[in-house]
Amino acid sequence: MSGFLQRWGVFVVLVALWEAAARFAEDAYFPPPSRIAEAAAELWFSGTADTLFLTDVVFDHVVPSVQRLLIGWVIAGVVGVALGLALGRSERAMQYCGPLLTFMRSIPPPALVPVFLLIFTLGTQMQLATIVFGIVWPILLNTVDGARSVDRTKVETSAVFRVPRTQWIFGVVLPAAAPKIFAGLRVSLSLSLVLMVISELVGTDNGIGAQMLLAQREFEFPDMWAEIVLLGVLGYVFNTVLLAVEHRALAWQPKQEHAPTGTTTTPAAVATAGAK
Amino acid sequence: MTTMLEVADLGHTYQAKSGAHTAIDGLSFRVDAGELVCVVGPSGCGKSTLLRTISGLIRPTRGDVTLHGDAVRGVPEDLAVVFQDYSRSLFPWLSVQRNVEFPLKRTLKRAERRARAAEALDQVGLSGAGGKYPWQLSGGMQQRVAIARALAYRPALLLMDEPFASVDAQTRFELEDLLLKVKREHDTTVVVVTHDIDESVYLGDRVLVLTKSPASVVADLPVNLPAVRDQITTREAEEFVELRAEVARLLNVGKTEAITAKRRSDEAQAAKWVAAERAANRERADREAVAD
Amino acid sequence: MIATLLALLIVIALAVGIAVPLGLVLGSVPAVRHATRAVIEFLRPIPSVALIPLAVVVLGIGPETKITLAVYAAVWPLLFNTIYALDELDPLLVETARVFGADRLRVLFFVALPSALPFVITGVRLAATTGLVVLISVELLVGGSGGIGEFIMVARSGAGRMDLVLAGTVVAGVIGYLLNEAFERAQRRWVGWSSVTGEAS
Ligand SMILES: Nc1ncnc2c1ncn2[C@@H]1O[C@H](COP(=O)(O)OP(=O)(O)O)[C@@H](O)[C@H]1O
Ligand SMILES: [Mg+2]
Repeated sequence: MSGFLQRWGVFVVLVALWEAAARFAEDAYFPPPSRIAEAAAELWFSGTADTLFLTDVVFDHVVPSVQRLLIGWVIAGVVGVALGLALGRSERAMQYCGPLLTFMRSIPPPALVPVFLLIFTLGTQMQLATIVFGIVWPILLNTVDGARSVDRTKVETSAVFRVPRTQWIFGVVLPAAAPKIFAGLRVSLSLSLVLMVISELVGTDNGIGAQMLLAQREFEFPDMWAEIVLLGVLGYVFNTVLLAVEHRALAWQPKQEHAPTGTTTTPAAVATAGAK
Repeated sequence: MTTMLEVADLGHTYQAKSGAHTAIDGLSFRVDAGELVCVVGPSGCGKSTLLRTISGLIRPTRGDVTLHGDAVRGVPEDLAVVFQDYSRSLFPWLSVQRNVEFPLKRTLKRAERRARAAEALDQVGLSGAGGKYPWQLSGGMQQRVAIARALAYRPALLLMDEPFASVDAQTRFELEDLLLKVKREHDTTVVVVTHDIDESVYLGDRVLVLTKSPASVVADLPVNLPAVRDQITTREAEEFVELRAEVARLLNVGKTEAITAKRRSDEAQAAKWVAAERAANRERADREAVAD
Repeated sequence: MIATLLALLIVIALAVGIAVPLGLVLGSVPAVRHATRAVIEFLRPIPSVALIPLAVVVLGIGPETKITLAVYAAVWPLLFNTIYALDELDPLLVETARVFGADRLRVLFFVALPSALPFVITGVRLAATTGLVVLISVELLVGGSGGIGEFIMVARSGAGRMDLVLAGTVVAGVIGYLLNEAFERAQRRWVGWSSVTGEAS
C-alpha cells in the first residue's frame, strides 16, 4: 500500500505547511492546525474514562446530528428506492409523475427549509423533513432510471420461468438498478450533510451546525475550525464506508475503472444523478 | 400420439413508430408430445417472433396457439425458452450456478435446486464453472449456461432459438446429442429454431421450412431417420443427404425458382450448393454472434 | 431573483475559469495529480455550508461571501469531470495528432479540449446546480445580499406568510428547472455527436 502511505505523507506535509503559514500570519481567523486540534480535544475528548473520554458535547450535539443525518438518509433511501422501482417499471405512472419529479428535483433543497420551518416549527421533525425531502430525488430518479434499464430479454426470461413477484423485484429489478441506486445514494449522502448543517444553522441550539455558529458568535475560531474539520471528516468517513459497501454489493460487475481520485464520486455517477 | 402444441393461422404484426411490420403471416402446424421439430427459415423471417407468440410473451394479432389443448394466454406452465440473445438472458449479478437455479426457486428446496443445477451444468460440460460470473465465460460457454438452465427446469415444452449458434463445431455436436438424449429420457417436446440446414435434419423428427418475411410454412418434412442418431453415420445416410438438399431447395424457393427446378435432377450440383449455403450460414451465424 | 441569477452567472464563470484549466493540468500531468490528490480528497468532503460562519467573519455579509462559497462548491464537479474527460481521451486520437506533428500544446487545444467538451458541459451543468444550492443557502442563512433565498426567509420570519414562502420556493424550483433544461438542450445541440450526454457514460 505505497499509494496509501504516499497519500498520507502528502497530507502530513500539507498540514505542516499550513501550521507554519498560520503561525507566521498570526491571523485570528485562521488558527494553526495545532490550535484546532487542541480545541477539538478540549471540545470532544476531554471526558472521563467511563464515557471513553468523550465529552457531553459529543453526546448532546455530535451524536444527535449524525443520528438525524443517518435516519434521514435511510428514510430517503427506502422511500426513494421503493417508489423508484414502482415508477420505473410502470410506463403509465412515469408518464403522469415524470414532469412533477423533474420539477421537484429542480428545487434547490435549501429553499425548502423555510417551508418546513413554517410547517413543523423548529426541531428534529423539521430537520428530518428537510433532509428527507431534499435528498430523496437523486435516489428516486436514479432508481427509476436503473429499473427501466432491465432489458427485454431479462424481462422475458423472468416471464417465461414465471418467477414470483418478489423474486422479480428483488432478484431482477433491484440488482439491475443497483449501480444507479448507489450513484444516487452517494450524491444524496453528501447532500444530506449539507442539509443537516443548514437545518442546524437556522436558529436551533442543538447539533454540529449550531455549535459552529455559537463558536463564531463567541469568536472562538479554533472551535469553529474544529467543527469544520469534523464535518469534513464525517463526510469523508461516510463516503468511504458507502463506497466500501458499494464495492461489495456490486462485486459481480466486470472490473470497471474508477475515478482518478479514488474515494470520490465518479463523474459518471454524478452526471447520472444530475440527468433526468 | 397426443398433440402437444397446435398453431393455427398464426399472424403477428408489430406496431412500431416507423410503421407496421408483419413478421409472421398465417402459420399453421402442430407438434405431437415427445416430438422434436426444427424450424428453419432465413434470417429476419420471423422465427423468434414465432417462439415469442408460442410462449405467450407476445399476443399474436391473428390466430391461436393451443398447448395441452388450452389456448395460450400469457406464459404457460412447464415451458422453457432458450433465447437467441443468450448473453442478455443470463443475469450478470448471479453466478453461473445461481443463474441455473434461478427458475427453480419457485418450486424446489435449496438442496434439490443445488443438485439439479449441478447436474445440468455437468451435462453441458460446465461442472467447474458454477462459481464464475457470466461475463467471465466465453460466448459459447454462456450459451451452454442458458441451455443448462432450461434443462434444469425440466419443461414439458422446450423452445430453443438458435441455441447452438455460437459454440464451436465439436461442442455443437455434443450439445446436439445431449439435446436428443434429454428429449428421449424426459419425453420433452422440443421446438428448435435454427438456420443451419444440417442441424435441422440431424435433430428433427420433422423439419418446418419457413418462407422469408413475413413467414409462413412452405413445407413440413418428416425425417425418416432412426430415433437414435449418430454424428457420423446419420450424416452419411442417404435419407439425410437427400433431406438436407430438399430443405436447401425449399429455403431458396422464393429466391430462385429456376435453379430449384434444374437442381431436382442434378444431385451432385446440389451437394456442392448445399456446401456453399452451409458456409454462408456459418458465416452469418458467426457474424451474428459477433454482433451480439 | 435577479440578484441570485446574476450571482450564479458570476459563480459559473469563476468556477469554469478555475476548474477547467486546473482540471486540464491535473488530468494531463500525472505527477501533479498524484501530489495534489491528498488535498483534493480532504477538501472535497467539507460541505460548503460548513464554511458559512467562517466566510461571514472573514468576508462580511456582502455578495462576496455567497459567491466565494458557491464557487468553492461548484468547482468540484467541474474539476472531476474535466480530469475524467482527459482520462477517457482516446490514445489513438492523440497518437494520430502526434504523427501529424502536433506538439503537446496543440494536442491539448485541438484534440483534448474538443473531446473533453461533453464532460465539461456536464460538469458545468452540475456546477450550476450546486452553485444555486449554495447561493440560496447563504442567502437564507446570512441575508444582506438580496436574492431569492433572502426573500423567502424574510417572508417567513416577518409575517410567517406561507403563500410568499411557497411562491419563493416555486420560483427557485423554476430557476433550477430552466437551468437544467437549458443545459440539456445545449448539450444535445452542440455535442450531439458524443455518446456522453450525462445520462450515463
Ligand atoms: N419488437 C419489435 N418491434 C418491431 N419489429 C420487430 C420487433 N421484433 C422483431 N421485429 C421485426 O420482425 C422481423 C422478424 O424478426 P425475428 O422474429 O426476430 O426474426 P428471426 O428470428 O427470424 O431472425 C424482423 O424484420 C424484425 O425487424
Ligand atoms: Mg431470431
